[in-house]
Amino acid sequence: MYAAAIFLPLLGAAIAGFFGRRIGDRASQIVTCAGVGLGAVLSIPIFFSVAVGGNEEVVTLATWINSGTFETAWALRFDTLSAVMVMTVTCVSFLIHVYAVGYMSHDDCKPRFMAYLSLFTFAMLMLVTADNLVQLFFGWEGVGVVSYLLIGFWFKKPTANAAAIKAFVVNRVGDFGFLLGIFGIYLLVDAVSFDTVFDAVPSHAEDAVTFFGIEGHALTLIALLLFVGAMGKSAQLFLHTWLPDAMEGPTPVSALIHAATMVTAGVFLVARMSPLFEYAPAALEVVTVVGASTAFFAATIGCVQNDIKRVIAYSTCSQLGYMFFACGVGAYSAAIFHLMTHAWFKALLFLGSGSVIHAMSDEQDMRKMGGIWKHVKVTYAMMWIGTLALVAVPPFAGYYSKDMILEAAYGAHTSVGQYAFIMGIAAALMTAFYSGRLLFMTFHGEPRAEKEVMDHVHESPLIMTLPLAGLAIGAIFAGYIGYDVFIGDGRDMFWRDAIAVLGNDPIEAAHHVPAWVVWSPMVVTLLGLGLAYHLYMRRPDIPGRLAASYPLVYKFLLNKWYFDELYDFLFVRPAFRIGRVLWKRGDEGVIDRFGPDGISASVIAGAKRLGAVQTGYLYHYAFAMIIGIALFVSWIVVGG
Amino acid sequence: MTQMPNLVPAYAEIFLALSGLLLLMVGVFRKTDPVRGVARLAILAFSVAGVLVLTTNAVAVTTFSGMFAVNAFTSFAKLLVLLGGGFAVFLMLPWAKNEGIARFELPVVMVFAVLGMMMMISANDLISLYVGLELQSLSLYVLAAFHRGNLRATEAGVKYFILGALASGLLLYGSSLIYGFAGTTSFVGLASALSSAQENVGVIVGMVFVISGLAFKISAVPFHMWTPDVYEGSPTPVTAFFSVAPKIAALCLFLRILVGPFDDLMFQWRQVLIVICVASMLWGAVAAIAQSNIKRLMAYSSIGHVGYALIGLVAATPEGARGMIYYMLIYLFMNVGTFAVILSMRVKDRYVEGVNDLSGLSKTNPAIALALTVLMFSMAGIPPLAGFFGKYFVFVAAINAGLIPLAVIGVLSSVIGAYYYLRLIKIMYFDEAGEGLDKPDLSTGVVMGVCALAVVVFILVPEPMLAGADAAAAALFQG
Repeated sequence: MYAAAIFLPLLGAAIAGFFGRRIGDRASQIVTCAGVGLGAVLSIPIFFSVAVGGNEEVVTLATWINSGTFETAWALRFDTLSAVMVMTVTCVSFLIHVYAVGYMSHDDCKPRFMAYLSLFTFAMLMLVTADNLVQLFFGWEGVGVVSYLLIGFWFKKPTANAAAIKAFVVNRVGDFGFLLGIFGIYLLVDAVSFDTVFDAVPSHAEDAVTFFGIEGHALTLIALLLFVGAMGKSAQLFLHTWLPDAMEGPTPVSALIHAATMVTAGVFLVARMSPLFEYAPAALEVVTVVGASTAFFAATIGCVQNDIKRVIAYSTCSQLGYMFFACGVGAYSAAIFHLMTHAWFKALLFLGSGSVIHAMSDEQDMRKMGGIWKHVKVTYAMMWIGTLALVAVPPFAGYYSKDMILEAAYGAHTSVGQYAFIMGIAAALMTAFYSGRLLFMTFHGEPRAEKEVMDHVHESPLIMTLPLAGLAIGAIFAGYIGYDVFIGDGRDMFWRDAIAVLGNDPIEAAHHVPAWVVWSPMVVTLLGLGLAYHLYMRRPDIPGRLAASYPLVYKFLLNKWYFDELYDFLFVRPAFRIGRVLWKRGDEGVIDRFGPDGISASVIAGAKRLGAVQTGYLYHYAFAMIIGIALFVSWIVVGG
Repeated sequence: MTQMPNLVPAYAEIFLALSGLLLLMVGVFRKTDPVRGVARLAILAFSVAGVLVLTTNAVAVTTFSGMFAVNAFTSFAKLLVLLGGGFAVFLMLPWAKNEGIARFELPVVMVFAVLGMMMMISANDLISLYVGLELQSLSLYVLAAFHRGNLRATEAGVKYFILGALASGLLLYGSSLIYGFAGTTSFVGLASALSSAQENVGVIVGMVFVISGLAFKISAVPFHMWTPDVYEGSPTPVTAFFSVAPKIAALCLFLRILVGPFDDLMFQWRQVLIVICVASMLWGAVAAIAQSNIKRLMAYSSIGHVGYALIGLVAATPEGARGMIYYMLIYLFMNVGTFAVILSMRVKDRYVEGVNDLSGLSKTNPAIALALTVLMFSMAGIPPLAGFFGKYFVFVAAINAGLIPLAVIGVLSSVIGAYYYLRLIKIMYFDEAGEGLDKPDLSTGVVMGVCALAVVVFILVPEPMLAGADAAAAALFQG
């Protein structure tokens, strides 16, 4: 059962991927949906057995590498953490698979798309069930590859290719850090298996490393390196630039990979490595600051973007920031809780926006929408549910998880905790604002689209709206149902050893914060929604005037704090320049010129010259023979 | 009363000589289709001679007052020559029919040429060496000019004859120098004379002349100039014959004479041969690149291959000798197969020789294209085909003999040479299809298929092919 849940999606992907052309579109869709669907069905008993029943399990499949003292196996680790992830991933993935059948109905490459989706699901499951760092890295790179393939799925679009490459390259930066972290762990404790590593970590708590003459705390360094990997995958500040561009992929991809699952892998990594991070308090402070800053920073950008998917993408970035600073203050369980609820409502929002885009004949610019709510009532309702869950209105899912994160940040009573709390509140205000803005601009007001487009606006077919309903159920109830076991009184029984916390329990502290802390998120949310209502429903002329009176601020936000331009200037262009020099001067000018090109040119010249010697005149030939023998004889007699 | 010499070791040669005379009679008196009948009989004669070689040459003996020697090495070499001769006659049959040449002398002259080669191989004295060599040379001159109505063939014959006469002169002059300074022409006598005496400049100069004369026969640089012209001008089956049988015979003689009587002068002859060897490999590789006539291309290819085979000779170890014999064995199949392909290059009943006539062959005649591809890959020395092993064994021998630079140059020149072999493949598979070739004759197709197959399956069953070569190499270094 355990292995089946993981490998059924792979089977589906293999069938659809290798035989998709032969078995046809419909069969590919059925087989991939069935594979992931069965996985989802299996994940529920697994979850109850492992997380609720406490039957943790490690399924060893095979030895992978056995070299000297280094040994690593293919093994599936099922503890509460991975059971939660497996259930979330398979269920959300299944709904998105079904949705994709409808969404991609006009595409020519359906089997390929479905195969990628299933392959992604498999890689993600490998990532979350890994029993050692190497296998985790396998899954980590696997999701990265499929993400690359899916962002560039419409490979005829140059922007999609550019976005795919960008995602891949930026992730390589993070992956490099992650790899170094794994190397560091192996160096320190001589193992990569989680149990061994976690057992050994306390005895290495005080170890130091010297790197280029600088001495540092070993575990802090390792934790920071791992966090660099997490930052890349989860699009945290400085390594976030790829995520908005990744929206070039089809919308189900954005929902599955760039909202619900893959981008949360960084959070999962930090939670999984919590026994190690707990011994590196300095690293945790960095995690908190980066997470809080991302939450704030991404929210500011989300306020002014006009592309419906980009708004949600920045929202994802921002929510991931929440999860990270929750981890940073030690509230890993709250982070995973938010990860789980976020998966439902953010997938819902993405698929809802996909439904809108579908209805608007592939229009993504919100400035060209408006006034369509009457035509797409189901989608409209679903978007409201998703939004309410995102902005944390009770009793929707986001309320339970997000408030807990903010309370935990305050309850940490550290300076970084306070910073995170303030940033989180500010971000919550902006979240409510941009979510409201998205809803009002898209669905209300005067229609701003062309008349033909408006005439075509239609509700999506059932195959797309049903998955929306499924996700909506999750977005409504996941928080309420999960609250008690994830972060309520049942949490110790639930998590057991899957997550380690040293010292005070931050969740406990979060339950004892002042009342104003508890209420403030609620207040700013209502404030934000009200502001959005005022600006975009009652006085739609104000936003334009605001932008005009503060052009610098507006431009700064619209251009995403100029990160892309900065990176372009700092890294991309110098890299191109170096590349061009190495290519033109180094490769063509030196290696080719004296290597292949030079040699072949001289060989051809030599061939011509030798051909010229072959005159056809007998006396030339005889002359060559005589000269040859004369030379040989002289040489032997004189020299030998 | 003088005693009758022991004729048994020479049974094969005697048989072949009598067969040649008999075939002449048959050709003259047979009224209908004399070419076919004589050619078949010639193949039969080669086969019987092969059996005789196998049965009578097993033990190492000398006869005719020590002028004629047989051992495992000579019998192996003779079998190769007979095989090459047999293939050539076999290929000649359809060619003669297609070209309307009804002169039965062609196979007869080939029989005499092969006889001369076998005598060369068994020569144990400078005199018998020269007699054998001249018998084969004279036959070859005739063969080259056989298509006497054709201007090119006549030119080839004349060029070959004049330069061959020059080479024979060099050889003869060298032999006389050797005799003058060493006092004997017998290989055995020379060996003992040279091992005991002081180094003798006269003998050394004579040896260099002999080497040069033999280098002409194997078309090694700088005595190779005749090769492209003669290869191009001669009738194609004759070219096929030229490219294998005389080369094998002369190389084997070369090996016998250098590790036999001139063993003690190794320091001297090795210097000369290294130059010849390196020059041949490089020249063969580089000059072929500019060729557009496939027979000229094969001429340069054979110059290069002789260079590789000479590596084994230069090593002058049992391993090197073995490598050289392997090389010639594999070369025989590769070359005969390639010439079978060239002989099937006919467009509208006319033989063509341009490299570009092969363009798009993979579409018009995939079987020939595949055969030629296999053969070219093998010539280029690409594993797992036989040609790779041929090169491998000589290179290993060179390395073990301490001649690493030679092996390096060999590898480099085979990289250069790979270019034109692969170019043929490229032309066949990637260029626009031309008119397409006529359907090849059955026997040509059979030879092509057998050779291509031999090249492919060599890796599977190397043992039977190599065991004989091992024994031959061992026999050479016993005495």
